[in-house]
Amino acid sequence: MSETVKKFLYVNRKAPYGTIYAQESLEVVLIGAAFDQDVSMAFLDDGVFQLTKGQDTKDAGLKNFSPTFRALGDYEVTKLYVEQESLDERGLTLDDLQDIQYEDEDDDYAEKSSIIVVSRSGMADVMADQDVVLSF
Amino acid sequence: MAYDVNGAIIEHDEEGYITTLSEWSTELADIIAVSESIEMGEEHWAVVNFLREYYEEYQIAPAVRVLIKAIKKSMGPDVGNNKYMYELFPYGPAKQACKIAGLPKPTGCV
Repeated sequence: MSETVKKFLYVNRKAPYGTIYAQESLEVVLIGAAFDQDVSMAFLDDGVFQLTKGQDTKDAGLKNFSPTFRALGDYEVTKLYVEQESLDERGLTLDDLQDIQYEDEDDDYAEKSSIIVVSRSGMADVMADQDVVLSF
Repeated sequence: MAYDVNGAIIEHDEEGYITTLSEWSTELADIIAVSESIEMGEEHWAVVNFLREYYEEYQIAPAVRVLIKAIKKSMGPDVGNNKYMYELFPYGPAKQACKIAGLPKPTGCV
């Protein structure tokens, strides 16, 4: 693993159910995490709904995969950027989102939040800083 | 293709993973273990139970790397290391243990 580590950003713009994009994105992130790269995720537009708590898919006959976001810390994916404007436009606040945490190995395994709320221009900076941006 | 647990027929796919997760039982686990040539001991059960709890909480079967790290944390480095885990499950701890635990094949496993 001597190759340079690249920064990968997975951009999520779609609501969690109705299309397969959200679930596929998460799956790719989990698989990609095995390659020791610097992986982060971004949630904007309807993509912010993916992180909401209390999802119930029973009547839709679909698997509720939202608990899997809380496993991302185990896979060392610890940066989930959420766009403030997308939350605002949908009447959501940080309180509507799941509490997603990771254990910081460099800080005595302290539990820290993986969710980073950024403004639209902040999100542009996050994207500009990446080597690879994948959109779902 | 199916397992026979005291007359009850439990369907599985071509690799032996059961198709309906709710049909799992400890008796079934023993039967799958036999077909995998594994004699279930205390440590095997600890891993299987851990996997079931992980799935219950996160809705995924963890990758080997994540599994070993978590086992190391909960059960100590004597069990939570690559070598020992492969002694318990020679054909891959995540792959074989997930099958015995009645979970889907781990994400990213080929």
